Amino acid sequence: MAYNLKQVMNKPERLTGGHRMCAGCGAPVTVRTVLRALKPEDHAVCCSATGCLEVSTFLYPYTAWKDSFIHSAFENAGATLSGAEAAYTALRRKGRMNESYKFIAFGGDGGTYDIGLQSLSGAMERGHDMVYICYDNEAYMNTGIQRSSGTPRYADTTTSPQGTEMPGKMQYKKDLTGVMAAHRIPYVAQSTLTSNFKDLYEKSEKAIYTKGPAFMNVLSPCPRGWRYDTPDLMEICKLAVETCIWPLYEVEDGKWKLNYKPKKKLPVIEYLKPQGRFKHLFTDENKHLIDNIQEDVDRKWEELLKKCGEDS
Amino acid sequence: MSIRERLSGNEAIAVAMRQINPDVVAAFPITPSTEIPQYFSQFVSNGQVQTEFVAVESEHSAMSACIGAQAAGARTMTATSANGLALMWEMLYIASAMKLPITLSCVNRALSGPLNIHNDHSDSMGARDSGWIQLYSETNQEAYDNLLQAIRIAEHKDVLLPVMVCQDGFITSHAVENIELLEDDKVKEFVGEYKPDHYLLNHKEPIAVGPLDLPAHCFEHKREQAQSMINAKKVILEAAKEFEKLTGRKYEYFEKYNLDDAEIAIVIINSSAGTAKTVADKLRDNGIKAGLLKIRMFRPFPADEIAEALKNVKALAVMDKAESYSAMGGPVGAEVKSALYGKADGIKVLNYIYGLGGRDVRADDIEEVYNSLMYIVKTGQIGETYRYIGVRG
Repeated sequence: MAYNLKQVMNKPERLTGGHRMCAGCGAPVTVRTVLRALKPEDHAVCCSATGCLEVSTFLYPYTAWKDSFIHSAFENAGATLSGAEAAYTALRRKGRMNESYKFIAFGGDGGTYDIGLQSLSGAMERGHDMVYICYDNEAYMNTGIQRSSGTPRYADTTTSPQGTEMPGKMQYKKDLTGVMAAHRIPYVAQSTLTSNFKDLYEKSEKAIYTKGPAFMNVLSPCPRGWRYDTPDLMEICKLAVETCIWPLYEVEDGKWKLNYKPKKKLPVIEYLKPQGRFKHLFTDENKHLIDNIQEDVDRKWEELLKKCGEDS
Repeated sequence: MSIRERLSGNEAIAVAMRQINPDVVAAFPITPSTEIPQYFSQFVSNGQVQTEFVAVESEHSAMSACIGAQAAGARTMTATSANGLALMWEMLYIASAMKLPITLSCVNRALSGPLNIHNDHSDSMGARDSGWIQLYSETNQEAYDNLLQAIRIAEHKDVLLPVMVCQDGFITSHAVENIELLEDDKVKEFVGEYKPDHYLLNHKEPIAVGPLDLPAHCFEHKREQAQSMINAKKVILEAAKEFEKLTGRKYEYFEKYNLDDAEIAIVIINSSAGTAKTVADKLRDNGIKAGLLKIRMFRPFPADEIAEALKNVKALAVMDKAESYSAMGGPVGAEVKSALYGKADGIKVLNYIYGLGGRDVRADDIEEVYNSLMYIVKTGQIGETYRYIGVRG
């Protein structure tokens, strides 16, 4: 069935309003879009790593999750949910339940790229029928904007502060989507919030309804850490895609597919400009760093085109 | 009719797990408990159990997966030792706070560092305040019996706490002993079905587990958790009574050995109790009133009952196979002395550290401890109370 935004938006919300995530935060929009891809008749067990999402959506005695939900710690959403999925497999095998359940874990880049990487890798390798969504906001936002291995080069964070000797984070962003693709699991995708949510919705549907493990990396901007105006969330996501900083692609059974190719690739400066975390790059002495970023983005984009069998 | 067998402690645990046929087992190998998931995965592979075996990539993930599985509504078990238990640390506390009746077989081994694979109690003693019930086992038989009872205790509505069943690495885990097993159907009947009131996979009542719990509510939740541990005392005795009806084997909070008229006694845990009993027998033959108290239930701690049992003893040695680096003794020593205070005052109490890192505990060592107690009774002079036995230098 062709994607219809109106129809999709009319599906019942499975993460209710009233949670405490910030205005202009990408994470709850990501979660709601993913959960909309569940068939209304299917039940789900959702899981979250410790982080903004968890502490803002499940503060005792309130929960924003309409489906069953579990949080246990920071570094183990993959393992925790794999246990719930194992329980489901066992209880069905023993004839103690018949209902259909889906298993969806959420973690920020801290809980996924860094402290939770081992647990995620283990869960994916073991082949549990579950989806892991990384809502990547490129730093440890819950503890106050510290750098992660998902933080892009030269971003100003509280543990990679820009100073007189160092222009922010000195290391490259880890290619986590690539790392997960190397696990050779049935489905891996990279997405973000596009104007009609089609890309994320359709990928979520595929991830949830593909048997076996699936991983999605979803760029989900943070207005506090990235320092953009809260109404600009969707614009920031759009610029990430149009500059090819965050390409939309998927790897299905080992086959790489580019989902969107900008007609005219925008220069990275368009993406960097509205964000306070890159403000220090816009000085005479730091300008060349923007060229470095552009070169890196160009190189990686060419690599991706090759993997996806696209012409440059 | 029970089944007579010859099994190692690890085999006994694995057989108990096969008979329990849990829904989920998540485990990671570590010496000396490795054999437990090995034997068990063979049962899975041969279709002798219908369990989902999750071969996790670490002990942290083992306990995390156990938490996810038990919260989802599955009876869940695991096994580990030493550093594996230490890697689970964070999750041990979360499992008990979530009131999840997971059962864990801890095959006691010295916790690094330095790296050492042999037996002492530094692993489970370190986890004594994690909110887990702890049962200790002198023999393979006790390890088997304790694990069967652990399911009943953990899942009791007044308890709902995880239970750790401990036995000594290599000494009992790898030594083959005679054992009496229950028939499979008797075990099935004894442990019953796991029927949680609230669980993730109940489509009629979705639940959320593991909230951010701030000062407005967290304290009440911790108080409720403490109450569960208090409640466990009664439930542990009830489970033991039912088990005794089934097997004739009697279990209490602790075992009293020649204790009722004893003038000198030692308090000890796990396999070394066997060595100590031999020594106590020998001393009795020589007319010395030597006794022994072997703790089975360390969490909850039976303070009043221990004080009552020891009140007529003149001199006492509490044996600790773990340091607490308090510069004043080990964890069992601290608990026993605290239990006696105000209830059985005047007893001269020594606290010995013994057998760390698998140092052999000989009958001579235990005899030396009893001799020291005799000297104290005779002279009234106690000297240094924080002592080591069996160590050079």
